[in-house]
Order: sequence, then structure tokens, then C-alpha cells
Amino acid sequence: MKMTGAKILMECLLEQGVDTVFGYPGGTVINLYDELYKYQDKIRHVLTSHEQGASHAADGYARSTGKVGVCFVTSGPGATNIITGLATAHMDSSPVVIISCNVSEDLIGKDSFQEVDITGITMPITKCNYLVKRVEDLADIVRQSFAIARSGRPGPVFIDILSNVSAAECEYEPVAQEHHSTTGKLASLMQRASHNFESPKPNMDDINKLVEMIRESRKPLLICGGGVVRSRADKEFNEFADRIDSPVAITVMGGGGFRGRNNLTTGMIGMHGSQASNMACDGCDLLIAVGCRFSNRVALDPETFAKQAKIVHIDIDRSEINKNVKTDHHIIGDAKDVLAILNEQIEQQHHDEWKEYVFSFDTETIYEEESDTLTPKQITKAIAELLPQDTIVATDVGQHQMWAIQHFHFDYPGQLITSGGLGTMGFGLGAAIGAQMGNPDKRVIHITGDGSFRMNCNELATEQYYDLPIITFVFNNGALGMVRQWQTLIKGKRYSATDLDRGPDFVKLAEAYGLKGSRVTTVEELEAAIKDAIEWNHGYVIDCAIEMDEMVRPMVQGGKRITDFIVK
Amino acid sequence: MNEIKKHTIAVLVDNEAGVLSQVSRLFSRKGFNIESLAVGTTDNPEISRITIEVLADEDHAELIANQLRKLFIVHSLKVLPPEKSIRRELVLLKVRAENSVKRNEVIQIANIFRANILDVSPGALTLAMIGDEGKTEAFEKILEEFEILELARTGVVALERGQETINEDTKEKGEFNYGKNVL
Repeated sequence: MKMTGAKILMECLLEQGVDTVFGYPGGTVINLYDELYKYQDKIRHVLTSHEQGASHAADGYARSTGKVGVCFVTSGPGATNIITGLATAHMDSSPVVIISCNVSEDLIGKDSFQEVDITGITMPITKCNYLVKRVEDLADIVRQSFAIARSGRPGPVFIDILSNVSAAECEYEPVAQEHHSTTGKLASLMQRASHNFESPKPNMDDINKLVEMIRESRKPLLICGGGVVRSRADKEFNEFADRIDSPVAITVMGGGGFRGRNNLTTGMIGMHGSQASNMACDGCDLLIAVGCRFSNRVALDPETFAKQAKIVHIDIDRSEINKNVKTDHHIIGDAKDVLAILNEQIEQQHHDEWKEYVFSFDTETIYEEESDTLTPKQITKAIAELLPQDTIVATDVGQHQMWAIQHFHFDYPGQLITSGGLGTMGFGLGAAIGAQMGNPDKRVIHITGDGSFRMNCNELATEQYYDLPIITFVFNNGALGMVRQWQTLIKGKRYSATDLDRGPDFVKLAEAYGLKGSRVTTVEELEAAIKDAIEWNHGYVIDCAIEMDEMVRPMVQGGKRITDFIVK
Repeated sequence: MNEIKKHTIAVLVDNEAGVLSQVSRLFSRKGFNIESLAVGTTDNPEISRITIEVLADEDHAELIANQLRKLFIVHSLKVLPPEKSIRRELVLLKVRAENSVKRNEVIQIANIFRANILDVSPGALTLAMIGDEGKTEAFEKILEEFEILELARTGVVALERGQETINEDTKEKGEFNYGKNVL
């Protein structure tokens, strides 16, 4: 059947099972929006306040549901506004497809109004990107984009469609999703992928070698990385840890990959890792990292990192092997497959003595509690007690992010949504909106700081319009707390540009957007506010006053040995 | 710090728009200058071969090679071992020769180096020679006394000696392709 490019795109989205797109209209993308209007009973469009919010929402939707998040933007500034969202998704391997229209073919390359070379700009921050110049190519490119975004190591894909292509017509033949891999360019990509692409299985020699290493180990440590979350391999990982009887350290991106309340958990590892995690890392004789790329926030000093251990790296992306840390052995494969096979091969191990040593150190920070101020632990504790255990937590970036990850105990992949790699302040609210859209039956909360919240709080309008009952908790210390902490510890308390002694009043801000808010300074007030928010059941902002000088503890400086705590 | 030396990287890629910038950006990202770059189609018109020479230590060369291998547009990649590789480039030179004496001298040198004389004009000669950089540099150096008016080189292309090719199915190649699966 003959259709316009815009209509073909809608049909292709339906092939993929897309029912929600986030975005912002504009001049060049007007044909897509016109078609979207006709498809509104099948595809829901979520209009955000800013394109950046839309890109984070698509990302939050993808991370929480495991499905591909989709976002529409216009050319020029619309497209450049999603750069931070793309880079965030790219660093954290989140499957997002962003679709924009560029100016028409006769105008491209002439510095026309709202024209920018967006495929050039996005090349380093996408898994793949496309410029669609012929309507005949459109359906195939959309099918490739979704397959590439969600397969292998997931990541964002950008499609730039010339605006005349969206109006041009060609034949469209529907292809069910299960047949995509045998049509068009995907068929040739498939043939090129591994020689055993039909059922990619990890190499058995590699598996057997690791099994041998596990049998010989007396002091093993597992690291649960973001790959466990992306592959939804939590059950397999849990069985693996139980079988090896090994302590498990969790990275920021690994939150939810291994149950935070499991008694094998040593907590977070790295710069703000728990003493138990970091001491275990330093003392272990076998370190098995699953879906973790040894970033400089984990392997602070690659030379001394786990230097007594044989390091084994399990990852889907071969280019991660030996990139940051030299490893002794690696297995390439999807975490779920590799762990399932390993679980079949390994008999039950016991490491009581080693566990006793590791768990003699703290797995969580301990605070001195006074009645008239709130500590980070008190806030997270009140939240955990009053809200359901499966609450989805979206965070921004900074001290509040570390506290949330240290003190909440996540149960399942997709429960923690945080910008780990790029460290994007302003990520959280958009991501929470996306997560709530994808999980209408779950409670979604947004943990933020006064600095991060100020960046993209305009999305409160989106929260209000779509009536999303997200509760925002602002850890308000009147400062850019994480930078201030560094200034305290490293820069002789010269607080350059980190005081936030300025507006807005977050309660009034919430009210201005038609939401409710309250400011709390004690545990009692906080609990009352949470109960009020639950009852109100619309968007709510709780402004929690905390001490300006509260630090994220422990802390190890970048580049230092993982046990060189500068504060404990 | 590891020793900096020249690495020759051969890559088979899709013959498509934008491929060269995807490849070259991985060098510029780390601040490496590409010493030499040659691109051309292969026996399969859908696939191009890029030969890149870069000055880097072993670790960085390996890192760049690995990040290249993971791109969807890359079919195969090999860091060619210097002792087992044939490397050649074509150099075109325009040399001043204002009279017959000078002209004869240049022609003699060209013959010794087995260079071809492509054009003879009053005042200048245009020569072509093929070789690795040892040979081309020596040639260039000796022609300097006549004054080189213009010089163009194609960039090095290289193949491995013996039966081995860039296309072998190794375990490592399978591992990189694994990450590209689109199931």
C-alpha cells in the first residue's frame, strides 16, 4: 500500500509495539505530528516542557520497562537539546530511539533555518545513527534502529529524516517483528554477526576455565554491574552468588541486579563504596565482574585495583575487555546466558571464614542522629517504611544520588534509575516521568538535590498535566553538596560557586505548577508529609532540609587505592 | 610509558556515506594524529578497505582497534604485524629542471630508483615512484637539491605476507561480532 513517510513511520512504530512516545513538535517535524494526531488512539504522545526532559523520559521509560524508549524532536535546537539525553543513554547502555526531521533536501547544507548537522553531532554518542534521504529506505532503517538499540549491548540510536521524506510516498509492506531479522539490511547484519549467530552461546572452554578458577579460589568477590540489570539476569546472578558463596559488591549501575537486602551484599563499591566492598576488593583472590566496565569511579587506581586477585570479566562487549583494568580471563556473552551455564557447572562452594572477614566491615554508613536535623539515612528509611518495597527510584546526580544508592535496598532490575556514567544533573525528573508512564501501577519517586532539581524542574508541568503521582524528595542543603564536599576535603574549604543561597521556594514552586509541596526538617514532619503525599495522590514535592556539611561517606579520592578512605 | 611506534591498521568497512568520519573520530577523540590514510573499494564493491597508520604505544593502538572493531560498519580489522607485512605507497613529485643537464641528472636518479617519468616539460619533470617510506624518503631527499615543486602521496596500503588474510574467523573476531548481534 502507498503511504507517506510519516505514516510509514507510525506503522513501523506499531510493528515494534510502541504505544508511548515522548517529544516536542516543531516546524520540520510537523508531518510526523500530523500523522501522530491520526494515530492518537494507538500511540500516546507525551509533551514535555523541554526536549531534554523528553529524552530523559524516553530513557527512564526504557530503563524501567526494558523496552525501547522513543522520542520525537524537531530539527536544529530541538535536536541539539536532546544531546545530553543521548549521551546519558549512551554511557549507561539504555535502549532509546530518537527520531527527528531535518530540513528538506533542497535546503540541507545551506545553513537553513533550524538546520544543524545532527547526525555529525550525535555520531560519538549513539550506537548508530541514520540520515534518511529516501522514503523507500525509511521502514528498513526504523527496523534496524530498534533491533540495534535493544540487542547486544543496548544503546541509543538516532534517526534524522529529511522533512520532504516524511511527505513523500512509497509502497509499505507490513513485516511482523519476528521476521525483521530476515528482511532488508538486518538480514545481512545478522549473517555477519558471529559465526554461531543463530544461538549465540558463550565459549565452553572459557566457561570451564572460570569454573576451575572458582574451585581454586578461597576469597572470591563478585561485582554486579549494569549489564546484569540490562540483561535482567538478577535470578541467575543470585543463584551464582549463592553457589559460589561469595560476597557481592554492587556498582551504581548494578543497583537492582542483586537484592540489596541479601546477606551476601557488601553494598556499593568504588569512590563512595562501603568499607566492606572496598576491603573485600583489596583482599580477594578472585574477582568476577559481571557487566561492569571498571570505570574510574570503581577502579579508582587500575594499578592497585584488586591487585591480589585474578580478575575475570564477563561482558557482552568485547571492546570493554582490558580497556580500564587488565584482566586474567574473560567470557563474552549475555550475562543471563553466561551465568545460567555457569550455574549448571558449579557445585556449591563455602567461604565462611572469608565472609566473616568481609562482613566485619560496615556495609552501610552510620550517622550520628540528633532529633532536630534530618540525616540522609533517616530520609531514606522513612521513605522505605512508608512506600511500597517495589517503589521505583529515579535520582539526579550528586550527594543525594549516592545516599539513595547506599541506603535504599533495591530488589529488581529497573527499580533504580540513575545517570551513572555521564552523571547528568537534571536527569531525574524526566526519567521519573518516563518510568511512571511505563509503570502506571507502581509508585515512582524522584530523589534529587536542590542543585539538580533547579536544572530541569520545568518538567513539573508535565507531571501535573498527565497527573503523575510522583513524589519528589529534595535533599536540600543549600549547596552543590558533592562539589562542596570535595572543596572541604581537597580544596581547603574554598567554597567557590557552590553556595545555593537563592530561590526558588520549592513548596511555592510546586504550588505554582498545580502540585502540592511541604518543607520538612524532622523525621516526624517528613513522615507526615509522605502520608499526605500518598493521600493526595498527585504530584508532590517534599523539601527536606539537611545539614550543609553532611558528607557522602566513605570516600576514596579518584586515582587512589580503593582502601585509602579520606573519610570513613 | 610504553614505547611509541608506528602501527598499521587495516579495516574492512561498509562502502557508505559517513563511514570515514566514524573511523577517524576514534583517533581524534584520543588526540592521535593519523600519519597516513588510504581508502579504496575491495573486490567486493560494497566493502572498502581503509589502511591507517598511527603513532601510538601498544595499549592505545589496541584500544583504538578494539573500539573500531565494535562499530557496525566494520566487518574485519587487523593490526598488521610489521615484520610480516608488505607496505607500499605511491608518491608523485614535480621537480625543477631548467635545462637539459639538470633534466638528465633527474632522469638518471629516477632510473636508479625505478621511478616512472610521467611528464617532461620545459623547466620541470613529474615523476612517480612506489615503495615503502624508506625508499620514498631516500628518493625525496636526493631530489631536494633540484628543488621539489610539488609532492603528493597516496598514503600507505598494506597486505600481510603469506596465506593469511584479514578475513580469518578467529575466536576474537567472533567475540567482537557477538556484541553486534541484532537478534
